[in-house]
Amino acid sequence: MSLDWVITILTDNWPMFLRGAGMTLWISVVGTLIGAAIGLIIGIIHTIPMPERGMKKITLKIINGLLSAYIEFFRGTPMIVQAMVIFYGSAMAFGFDMDVFTAAIFIVSINTGAYMAEIVRGGIISVDKGQFEAAQAIGMNHFQTMINVVLPQVIRNILPATGNQFVINIKDTAVLSVIGVTELFFQTRTVSGNNFRYFESFFIACILYFIMTYTITLLLRRLERKMEGPSNYSMIGGLPMQVVNPEDPSHKIKE
Amino acid sequence: MEKVIEIQHLSKSFGTHEVLKDIDFSVQKGEVVCVIGSSGSGKSTLLRCINLLEKPSGGKIIYNGEDILGDRHDIHAYRTKLGMVFQQFNLFNNHNVLNNCVVGQVKVMKRRKEEAEKVAIKYLNVVGMDQYVNAKAQQLSGGQKQRVAIARALSMEPDVMLFDEPTSALDPEMVGEVLKVMKDLAKSGLTMLIVTHEMEFAKEVADRVVFMDKGVIVEEGPPEQIFNQPQKERTREFLKRTLR
Repeated sequence: MSLDWVITILTDNWPMFLRGAGMTLWISVVGTLIGAAIGLIIGIIHTIPMPERGMKKITLKIINGLLSAYIEFFRGTPMIVQAMVIFYGSAMAFGFDMDVFTAAIFIVSINTGAYMAEIVRGGIISVDKGQFEAAQAIGMNHFQTMINVVLPQVIRNILPATGNQFVINIKDTAVLSVIGVTELFFQTRTVSGNNFRYFESFFIACILYFIMTYTITLLLRRLERKMEGPSNYSMIGGLPMQVVNPEDPSHKIKE
Repeated sequence: MEKVIEIQHLSKSFGTHEVLKDIDFSVQKGEVVCVIGSSGSGKSTLLRCINLLEKPSGGKIIYNGEDILGDRHDIHAYRTKLGMVFQQFNLFNNHNVLNNCVVGQVKVMKRRKEEAEKVAIKYLNVVGMDQYVNAKAQQLSGGQKQRVAIARALSMEPDVMLFDEPTSALDPEMVGEVLKVMKDLAKSGLTMLIVTHEMEFAKEVADRVVFMDKGVIVEEGPPEQIFNQPQKERTREFLKRTLR
């Protein structure tokens, strides 16, 4: 019976499943974080106002062009193929053997970065133009405006989309088994290769994947609510609309 | 009287549409100037050109004797000297009331946080919003938002305050509280340049009123002259329509 087999497989192989799930989670957490950072940095660079002339304009145009090429290329090719190209290509082209784990983090990061760049771009567009103008009007430069005013709002706006990307990453790390990353799918295949119970083994993997993605979803919802902040505020001091004060410049005139 | 801002032959076009045509204009230290005119006359664009939110197409802007459109001029440092109040308030949504007034001082002027907070509270007090330091922008009414926005601009201790139709987006009952704050500021000797539709307010607080129409300054002078004995036909027509 299937259920008996599920229990047997679990009791015999739980360390392997757990290690696989741990690896999957680790790669997707680190990959998503680095990817999000890449996306934010590209977002800042993409929105730098274009200088009218000179070397700066040319440099910025070249950088923007390269970044666009990166985004389009990694969004336009399957991650499983990228994994093969990068892992075997790095050994062939540069003669250095990337260890599998580093390769896995690298692939997930740059892939996520390409998607996140677009998500961040959408997030920046959605911030009201008045926020940029107000920041500029008090003398902030582009970088200060981004760090102190715009990006905190962008991060809040893109949190749902980032969570989506996170969930996709947990599932898509399965393709990294092609380069021998010992994540959950790879471990499950090893287990099922030994016992020939494919349905039961992959059923366990299925449940484990779902537990991970659903936990992440719940955690991110909680984070979203937390970032909303309290809906109340407390007043300081006595009566409202008390305008006169010894240091008040308008008061000096009245004297 | 020394000129704080002097504008020479300023022009601004959006594509083929010429919004400002050869504007010559200046603001003296301590002066309160109100710019009036119908919608689309270019008065907001003039204000936005002065602090370079719009890049002028031609002409010069001279601030304390320096041409700020020159190649080497630091426009960020220049902007800290001009306080800007927007029609739509534009409070920073990710900061509470206090931080709205502090962030510019700390990040741009490199003031210490404690010092910046003291300054912020002083000016929040001036606008009567010092009790709301913990509130977020979304939790305030329009009039309160605008008063915080004024405090934010004042916290940078600018030489000139620019107001871009500060009461146009407010409910009628909230206009009064903002105008009261602005009247107090005008009396304190602050240099102010105000684009407004509030004629009564302009009549009361302005040292000089500038009437703009179709991208040119038609007439300027003391409020008594502009409102009681306008010299130009276009000014008379505009006032007849708005004052009635």
